[in-house]
Amino acid sequence: MLVRDLGGLIILFVMPIVLVVTITLIQDSTFKSVSGSTIDILLVDLDKGKLSEEIYKNFEETPFLNPISTAEGELITEAQASYMVASGTYQLAVIIPEGLSRDLNTQITKNIADILEEFEGNAIQDTTTATVVPEIASKVSAKEVTIYFDPITQETFRSAVIATVDKLIASIETKTVYQAFEKEMGTSRSMESFSQGHFVQYKQINPSLSGEAIIPNSVQHNVPAWTLFAIFFMVLPLALNIVHEKGQGTFIRLQTTPVHYLTIIGGKAVVFLGVSIVQFTMILLFGMYLFPFLGLPFLVIGDALGVLYVVAIASGLASIGLAILLGTLLSTAEQAAPFCAVLVVVLAAIGGVWVPVFVMPKGMQMIAKISPMNWGLEAFYDCFLRKGDFFSILPEISLLLLFFISTVTIAMLYHEKKKKV
Amino acid sequence: MISMGLKTPMIEVSKVSKQYKGTDFYSLKEVSLSIQKGEVYGLLGPNGAGKTTLISILCGLISQSAGNIAIAGNNFKQDTRTIQKMIGVVPQEYALYPKLTARENLLYFGSMFGLSKSTLQAEITMHLDELGLLHFADKRISTFSGGMKRRINLIAGILHQPELLFLDEPTVGVDVQSKQAITAKLNALNASGTTILYTSHHLREAQDFCTRVGIIDGGVIVVEDTPKKLIETTEDARNLEDVFIARTGKELRDYA
Repeated sequence: MLVRDLGGLIILFVMPIVLVVTITLIQDSTFKSVSGSTIDILLVDLDKGKLSEEIYKNFEETPFLNPISTAEGELITEAQASYMVASGTYQLAVIIPEGLSRDLNTQITKNIADILEEFEGNAIQDTTTATVVPEIASKVSAKEVTIYFDPITQETFRSAVIATVDKLIASIETKTVYQAFEKEMGTSRSMESFSQGHFVQYKQINPSLSGEAIIPNSVQHNVPAWTLFAIFFMVLPLALNIVHEKGQGTFIRLQTTPVHYLTIIGGKAVVFLGVSIVQFTMILLFGMYLFPFLGLPFLVIGDALGVLYVVAIASGLASIGLAILLGTLLSTAEQAAPFCAVLVVVLAAIGGVWVPVFVMPKGMQMIAKISPMNWGLEAFYDCFLRKGDFFSILPEISLLLLFFISTVTIAMLYHEKKKKV
Repeated sequence: MISMGLKTPMIEVSKVSKQYKGTDFYSLKEVSLSIQKGEVYGLLGPNGAGKTTLISILCGLISQSAGNIAIAGNNFKQDTRTIQKMIGVVPQEYALYPKLTARENLLYFGSMFGLSKSTLQAEITMHLDELGLLHFADKRISTFSGGMKRRINLIAGILHQPELLFLDEPTVGVDVQSKQAITAKLNALNASGTTILYTSHHLREAQDFCTRVGIIDGGVIVVEDTPKKLIETTEDARNLEDVFIARTGKELRDYA
C-alpha cells in the first residue's frame, strides 16, 4: 500500500534527507565560525590613537573578523553604529572610547614608575616621574569599551565576541607594558628575552573509545542526531495508519480472522522497520558520497557500519513500539496527527537532538536519561564520534529494545481490555 | 432453502446481557436465541436496539457482560481460533484498502485464513466473475462505485467458505442491480450450507431473504419466527414492515 502512496513515500524517504542536509548545512557554518566564515564588526574609533589602530589591525588579522569603520566613505559614528545594529544590518559594533591610548599609556607609565620606585627603594629619584605621575594618575579613570549586540544574537555568540575583544586588548596592553619597560630601562636588549608568543598553548584532543583520532565536524554531529529524529518521525505515519485502520472496517475484518492481533501489528512493524533501514541507508549514502558536493565534510563511518545498523534497528523498533502504542490508544486521526508530531519534537528536544544534554538544567538531564531518543542518540554518538564497539552501545540498545517490548505489551493489553468495554 | 430443526445449533445464545462501561443501562438484556445450521436469520430492529452489539459479541469483537454463547458448540473463551476459522464477517463499512486493487485486497484478507495463493487466486477469480467484477480485478478500490465496493466487501468475507456468515446491512446504499447480484450470491452460499445472520433496515428484502427473523428492541428480542408466520399472526399486517411497526412502535429512536 505504501508503494502507491506518493505523499507517504516523500515523507518517509525524501523529507529525512532534506532535513539532515538542511540542518547539517546550517550547523556547518557554526562549526566553522572560528576558522571559516567571517563576522562583520562595526568599529567606531573615538580614540584615534595607537591602541585603536592596533585593535583595528588585530581585528583585520583575525581570520573570522572583518572590521568595518566607514560607511559610504565616512567614518561611522556611535549613533550610526547603534542604529545599524538595532536594525539588524550588522550583528555587533565595538566602540573604542576617546583617550583610550593616552590613558592606557599614562596608566602603564604610572604603574611602571611605581614598580621601579619600589624596586629601587627610592634610589632613583627621577624628578619627571616623581612629579608628573601623581598628577596624571588622578586624571586617569577606567575605560569602557562599548559593544552593541543585535538582540537576536545568542549568549554564546556574545561571550565568544567579548572574549575575543578582551583577549586582543589584553595582548595589546601587555605589548604596551613591554614597550614601556623597554623605554624606562633605556635598552632594547633586555626585551629580546621576552617572548612575544603565547607561553601557554592549547592542544585539543578528541578521545575515542578505540583510541583512533576523531575530528568532530557538523556532519559527524548532525547526521546521527537528525537521522534519529527521522527514524522517530516514523511514529507519525505508523500511528496514523493504525488509527485510520481502526476507523475503516478493515480493522473489524482483521480482528475476526484467526490471526492474532500481535501478528497483524507485527506485519506492520516489519514493513516500517524495513522502511527505517532503507531510510537510514539512504542518509548514510548521502553523507558518504553526496555531502562533499554540497560543500560539507563527508561522513566518516570507518568500521562501525555493523553497530550503526544495530543502533538503527533498535531505534526503529523503539519508534515502532511507540507508534503502535499511540495508534492503539488514540481514537481519531485528528487526535493522532498533531499529538504524534508534537510528541516526537518534544522527545527530540528532551533527548538532546537540538541542545546537548550536558548544557540542560539538572532536572532536564534526569528526564533525558529516560528518553528513548537520548538512548538512540548516545548509541549513535558512540559509533560516530567515540568509535565505540558493540559492547559500548549494549546498554542503550538494551533500553531501546526494552522500550519496544514494553510499549507493544501495553498496546496489546489495552487492545484486549477494549474488548471488555 | 435448507430444512430447519437440525440438532446442533450453529448459534446458541443463552441469557446474554451487555452493559457498556460508563453507562447505566443494558444494551442487551438476557437475550436468548438459537439459530440452526443452514438458516438465514434476520436480526431486525430500530437504531440502537442492540443489533450491532449482539453481532459484535457473536463475532468476538467485544465480550458480553453475562450469559453464554456457543458457535457450533464452541465457546469463544476456549475455542477462539476454531470459531474465527468458521465465521465470515461482512461489516457495514467498506472494509477494504482503497489504495490496493480488488485482487490485492482479496489476496490479503484471504491469506489471513491460511489459504494457499493458488487456491485463493482461483476463489477470487470465481467470485469476481460471479459478481461481474472480473474486469475490474486489477483496479484500485478507490476508483470503484458504492455497488462495486459492496460486492468486493462481500467476497472478502466469503473467500474461505465460512460455515457461518455475519452480514451487517450488506445492501445498504447500492443500486437494484447490485442488490440483486448480492442477494443471488447469498442465496447460493446458503444453498451450499452457509448459515447466515443478517441485519438490515430493508424489511422487504429481509422478508424475501430470511428463513426466520428476530425483532429486537431495547436490548430484548420481542418476537421471532418465519416472516410468513409473523405477518399472519400480527393484526392488520400485510408485510414485515407492518409487523415491525406493530412490535416496535412509531416512536423515533434517537440516541446520543
